[in-house]
Amino acid sequence: MPVVSFEHVDVIFGPNPTVAVDMLDQGKNRDDIFAKTENLVAVHDATIDVQEGEICVLMGLSGSGKSSLIRCVNGLNKITRGHLNIRHKDTLIDLATCDWSTLHNLRTERISMVFQQFALMPWRTVRDNVALGLELSGVPKNKRHQIVEEKLALVRLDNWADKFPRELSGGMQQRVGLARALATDADILLMDEPFSALDPLIREHLQDELIQLQKDLKKTIIFVSHDLDEALKLGNLIAIMEGGKIVQIGSPEDIVSNPVNEYVAQFVASMNPLKVLSCASLMRPVETLENDDRKTNSKIIDPKNQTICTLDDQGRLQKVTHSGNDISMISFKEDLDLKTLPKGTIVTADADTPMRAAVEINFVVGLPLPVIDRIGKLIGVVGNKEIFSTILGKTNKKKSMV
Amino acid sequence: MNWTPDFLLEKIPFGKWVKFFVDGLTDNFHQEFRIFSDSLEWVIQGTIMSMAKVPPLILIVLLCILAYWLHRKWVLTIGVAGAMLLILNLGYWEQTLQTVALVIYATLVSVLFGIPLGIAAAHRKWLFTAIRPVLDLMQTIPTFVYLIPTLMLFGLGMVPGLISTVIFAIPAPIRLTYLGVTSVPESLIDAGKAFGASKRQLLWKVELPHAMPTIMAGLTQCIMLSLSMVVIAALVGADGLGKPVVRALNSVNIAMGFEAGLAIVIVAIVLDRILKQPEGKEYIGG
Repeated sequence: MPVVSFEHVDVIFGPNPTVAVDMLDQGKNRDDIFAKTENLVAVHDATIDVQEGEICVLMGLSGSGKSSLIRCVNGLNKITRGHLNIRHKDTLIDLATCDWSTLHNLRTERISMVFQQFALMPWRTVRDNVALGLELSGVPKNKRHQIVEEKLALVRLDNWADKFPRELSGGMQQRVGLARALATDADILLMDEPFSALDPLIREHLQDELIQLQKDLKKTIIFVSHDLDEALKLGNLIAIMEGGKIVQIGSPEDIVSNPVNEYVAQFVASMNPLKVLSCASLMRPVETLENDDRKTNSKIIDPKNQTICTLDDQGRLQKVTHSGNDISMISFKEDLDLKTLPKGTIVTADADTPMRAAVEINFVVGLPLPVIDRIGKLIGVVGNKEIFSTILGKTNKKKSMV
Repeated sequence: MNWTPDFLLEKIPFGKWVKFFVDGLTDNFHQEFRIFSDSLEWVIQGTIMSMAKVPPLILIVLLCILAYWLHRKWVLTIGVAGAMLLILNLGYWEQTLQTVALVIYATLVSVLFGIPLGIAAAHRKWLFTAIRPVLDLMQTIPTFVYLIPTLMLFGLGMVPGLISTVIFAIPAPIRLTYLGVTSVPESLIDAGKAFGASKRQLLWKVELPHAMPTIMAGLTQCIMLSLSMVVIAALVGADGLGKPVVRALNSVNIAMGFEAGLAIVIVAIVLDRILKQPEGKEYIGG
């Protein structure tokens, strides 16, 4: 059951939204509606289910309605039509119809938000900024203090508690924003382009930090971004928006391999695959590998050099032979030292191994990487051909994805 | 040859209307206005008397302590002491106290009504549209014009001076409070709302703290405007540094005119320097 579910949400700004709703139903597009009635259709017919612990990224150019949509989740924008259900203590709350006190409860205990321009109060110290949500919901001072220290430590700003926001760099200010959002222990986190205002290096750094934090926190995160690299790096579910509508929704692999239209394909073409892809979306699946005729349960992963994987009955990888000789095999770990890796070693990757690592290993050992799942089953292979075609953006579009 | 239509030649009795209105007030509410006026006069005179009971040197020392406590600057503190001693030496101490009392009460009234009105106007567009022309009127109408009705309603003394001063000074806190509250960035309001702030919390925890430097500027401006009214207040009988100036004007007394004028300038500078926001305490732009 989803934690947040958008059901045919329309968001319309302007003097007379109901007129605009009727015009939408008549099939008018949003430019016509704006020209005739001065109502701006920010979001039209958005339907997304966000599961618990998932990071859902709303992606699109500016003006595509992604910010308007995320702001509905905590009631900053009014929903003109449709439903936005949030599961709260075994009941469903519909943001489109709920009253002020329900919304207030949601805002103080269930949902918190991180803003693009940080939105820190300049007259408050870092500590008092983080305490904002707790203060507003009337948490006593001692307890407030203790929670704030804890959250500041989490974003590694515990030494900066008494500084003012203007004394901090942009990246640090946004970490304060994040700590403020975490302070209320809300388990739905809304992030409206939180890293867009930061330098590229700092941005990547904060993305990594968020991924690390999410491993422990397991929040349900709705994230707005205009950067596909960021969306692919962070998201489990990506909804691509254009002109107020969701044009494609799916997993990162799905978006990369099956862009539904030119708009999505353009985003995909301009991304940097090294940073965002993992072996799962890169590899050639095991089903398409050729069997070695001489032996049962063996797959040729490199025809030219006769590199062959031998599998057991369950499809688990047993050994790898190269021109008839057994070769040593190690599995990929984050701290693997590539410099000491002997040439001609097989390194097995898993589905989450980043593309950059796969490319580096392939370069060092000169052999393709078998990709195995958690129980050791061979699920695919990453070799030169897969790497080059991915970099050139020529992934087999119809190829099935894991 | 007469190109003007007849109905334009007929004069609109605007002056008569105003006179009728003011006459109506004096005839019907004479008693009420007098009671109000007398009690306010009693409060102001009481304040002046209790200030006058304190030896001037002690008051000067207290003022210097306040100046140092607010700004931590020795030069400023010594300057304040020197300026106040000069007034004492010139012999205008009592009038200075009277003027300061008038300024304090005028500012108090202006702020008490002006700040809430400014906040209300910032939250309601129609209210701002409604009061804007009134504020323009209050600031541009020549003060002598409303001196006459205030005199009729409240009699001679501190109170008509106070009322005239308030009419002139109150637009500053209203306008600057409005400006401060409306210029709070949307993102801060959103942040407040997103973390569950009620309307009241939004006002006290987001809007007012952000607007505070602007509101303080409005307060300072209000004090300065009040001070600029002392001479005019003296015309309707308000005690203070304005009185010797008026007397000097009537008797062509250059010496007295310049001495009293210097005292007014000193009070203005001292108040301005003490009340100015210390640098670095402004959080805006952080």
